[in-house]
Amino acid sequence: MLRDTYNVILNITMLTYLSKKSLELLITFFGITLVSFFLINLAPGKPTDVLSDLNPKMTPEIRAIYEKHWGLDKPVHVRYFVWLKNFSKFDFGNSFSSDSRPAWDKIKERLPITILINSISMFLIFIIALLIGIHSAVKPNSLSDKITTTGVFIGFAMPVFWLALILQLILGVWLNILPVSGIKSLNYENLSLMQKISDSARHLCLPIFVTVFGSLAGLSRYVRSTMQEALSQEYIVTARAKGLPENKVIYKHALRNAVLPVITIIGLSIPGLISGSVIFETIFAIPGVGQLLYTAAISRDVNVIMAEVVIVSILTLFGNLLADIGYALADPRIRIAQR
Amino acid sequence: MHFYHRLCIFCFIFLLNLPAYGQDTSRLTPSYGDKIIIGASAEASNLIPLASSDSASHEVSGFIFNGLVKYDKDLTLIGDLAQSWEINNDGLEIIFHLKKGIKWHDGVEFTSDDVLFGYKKIIDEKTLSAYKEDYLQAKKAEAPDKYTFKVTYDKPFAPALASWGSLVVLPKHILEKEDINKTTFARKPIGTGAFKFKEWVPGQKIILSANPDYFEGRPYLDSVVFRIIPDATTMFLELKTQGLDWLGLSPLQYEKQTQSEFFKKNYKKFRYPSFSYTYLGFNLKHPWFSDKRIRQAIAYALDKEEIVKGTLLGMGSISTGPYVPNTWPYNPNVKKYGYNPQKAKELLKEAGWQDSDGDGILDKDGKKFEFTILTNMGNTTRMKTATIIQYRLKEIGIKVNIRSLEWSAFINWFIDKKRFEAVVLGWSIGLDPDQYDIWHSTKTKEKELNFVSFKNQEVDDLLEKGRRTFDIEKRKWAYYRIQEILAEELPYIFLYAPDNLPIVNARFKGIEPAPIGIGYNIEKWYVPKRLHKYTLEE
Repeated sequence: MLRDTYNVILNITMLTYLSKKSLELLITFFGITLVSFFLINLAPGKPTDVLSDLNPKMTPEIRAIYEKHWGLDKPVHVRYFVWLKNFSKFDFGNSFSSDSRPAWDKIKERLPITILINSISMFLIFIIALLIGIHSAVKPNSLSDKITTTGVFIGFAMPVFWLALILQLILGVWLNILPVSGIKSLNYENLSLMQKISDSARHLCLPIFVTVFGSLAGLSRYVRSTMQEALSQEYIVTARAKGLPENKVIYKHALRNAVLPVITIIGLSIPGLISGSVIFETIFAIPGVGQLLYTAAISRDVNVIMAEVVIVSILTLFGNLLADIGYALADPRIRIAQR
Repeated sequence: MHFYHRLCIFCFIFLLNLPAYGQDTSRLTPSYGDKIIIGASAEASNLIPLASSDSASHEVSGFIFNGLVKYDKDLTLIGDLAQSWEINNDGLEIIFHLKKGIKWHDGVEFTSDDVLFGYKKIIDEKTLSAYKEDYLQAKKAEAPDKYTFKVTYDKPFAPALASWGSLVVLPKHILEKEDINKTTFARKPIGTGAFKFKEWVPGQKIILSANPDYFEGRPYLDSVVFRIIPDATTMFLELKTQGLDWLGLSPLQYEKQTQSEFFKKNYKKFRYPSFSYTYLGFNLKHPWFSDKRIRQAIAYALDKEEIVKGTLLGMGSISTGPYVPNTWPYNPNVKKYGYNPQKAKELLKEAGWQDSDGDGILDKDGKKFEFTILTNMGNTTRMKTATIIQYRLKEIGIKVNIRSLEWSAFINWFIDKKRFEAVVLGWSIGLDPDQYDIWHSTKTKEKELNFVSFKNQEVDDLLEKGRRTFDIEKRKWAYYRIQEILAEELPYIFLYAPDNLPIVNARFKGIEPAPIGIGYNIEKWYVPKRLHKYTLEE
């Protein structure tokens, strides 16, 4: 009886919490699109500039044809509402580059590879950072702690493009054991299934290594400090006093508490990975959305930039929401504070 | 910059040219097969030539489409799909006689209707194309019979002849009912060229295969593959692993990084002038730079050889005017300004500039001679050029500041509004010598190209004469004179023309460098049988 009442209260609080949070996110989302749209349009240069800058054949009349076709003859606030109206129908408009393809089509075909590389990287970052962090917390200031700490900081400090080039040179050119760039070999179509898998895996090695190595520092240091804090708590003393084996103390009692804030950090680091994609996708010639974002930004391809902004902001907001929910579910103190 | 797009269209147009085989013919017999992997730094966007404005797209579509005319390897115009042409009525009418029996890649015959269709498409105001202007000059176009195409003009317009290249030859039977701005044809085109479109893997590669029915004979190579690799360094590393067969090198790569035994054994390097030049341009509305003596003084203060060595490691040639040496409009006998700082100082003194307070900087009426050179960000060659200019002008007592700006801001806020004192910029040069848009005094409005505000009545007249006659001798005379005036007046100081530095895998034979470059005869490139690297997979 008491338990049921407790559950009902819990559900109601959770529900109001969620709806409040969702409303907040929706407002934030529109804020993001509004600010982004105006910022892009305020920057010097228009999509037509790619065609018309210093091009003698681009007369004012021809430029007017392009501007009318793309709706650039209307003032920017009108354009924003047009964009918003189309967006409500999940239409991101057409790209302003010569191909005039729907912006969503261009992103759709590039999204899988970016998501694949980023999710593998995230998973590896999480696991490796956790192991390093725990190890450093359990044996602080030991030789191995110092070595791993130095290692992850080297990764953090090293510019991604430089590390990428060095690895391409050593592993790709000198030792010739990994492909330099791309995601498939030229003869990919003629390979057997197993060969195809190994070919793809070999192509992904360097980009994933570069992403993971550069991102370990923050997370592993964070795990180390939360873990150290958890290990100094009284319940750990209790657990040890009960005579629990050290492994259980660390991995069951301490880790559960230490890992909570780490999940939030991961949720918040999603947009960082997408912006990181811009760099490694360009260097490794990986046809993902990061590369697309870069070219779109250079050529002021507003519709493609906006579509990417929407996707990244949805991912970010969603990541935040998940982190909040996970937090609330796991830690009663947060639920109570919300009431 | 954007002239470059036009240039690219022509660079990749092909012609029949039998390769001169090596002495040991048994080892170097042309044989069919193998493919060439070309490194592309950007992905093509649209393979319909009239619809795209990026050089990456034109590079690919140049293999697939032909024009009525094309530039030959020595830069004269010759027939491509046209057998011949006549120019009647004092240049008001051009009649093209088309070759017979040429087929589109789907087997349908190519006729004059296809040209008329392409012409109507490009002038249609619903069609998005940056190349309309040349075609809007035409008054009327007709296709009197299957193999004749006739176009008439209000005024003779010499650049018009070259405009009947690949931009307006489109398969009517396929595109008639399509919206040219949206058609899927843009990503799987059908042309008449030496290579057929085969496959496009977005973001990765575009594959073309040999056209067995090509009207000038099947190309030897089975296939052309464009690999899209955006990063220049990665591209070079791919070359080192032999993942690429053809790539344009930077001067540093050409001079320093490809000297090893590996490169000597496996690759062949080429070097020829590109169709572009870099200049120091003055705002002629500025009171200082409106004085010719000042501009000439600055020219005497600069050592162009030094700039070529410093910025391009010597991989370029000094410029004296807006044309490429060894092309027909180029005038070698114009006034030249050798490095002569003494003369520079004299000219400045004559104009009233002296260092009266002994601080090392010239002054006049209490004002110091100090100005800013603008250039676009990210172009290190131009930055280096500006820095060498800064150093040399300091020696004659002129203080130069350098500012580099993001491209859009540079063009929209500074060039278009004429808010600059001097700029370091470059032009790509079209293959036709008409430069009306750059030098004519009416072309000084916002977004027009005479942004330095050059005004010279004689040049205006000559530009008009040059574009209104098809007589090459008369044109040559007009452009020779224009170069003399430009060299005397110096609205720009023409600095240098960089060289193109391609590298091609040594297994390809039949490459014959010419003024137009190396790609013009790619359908005659071949790989001797024993050197085949890629075998046919189908």
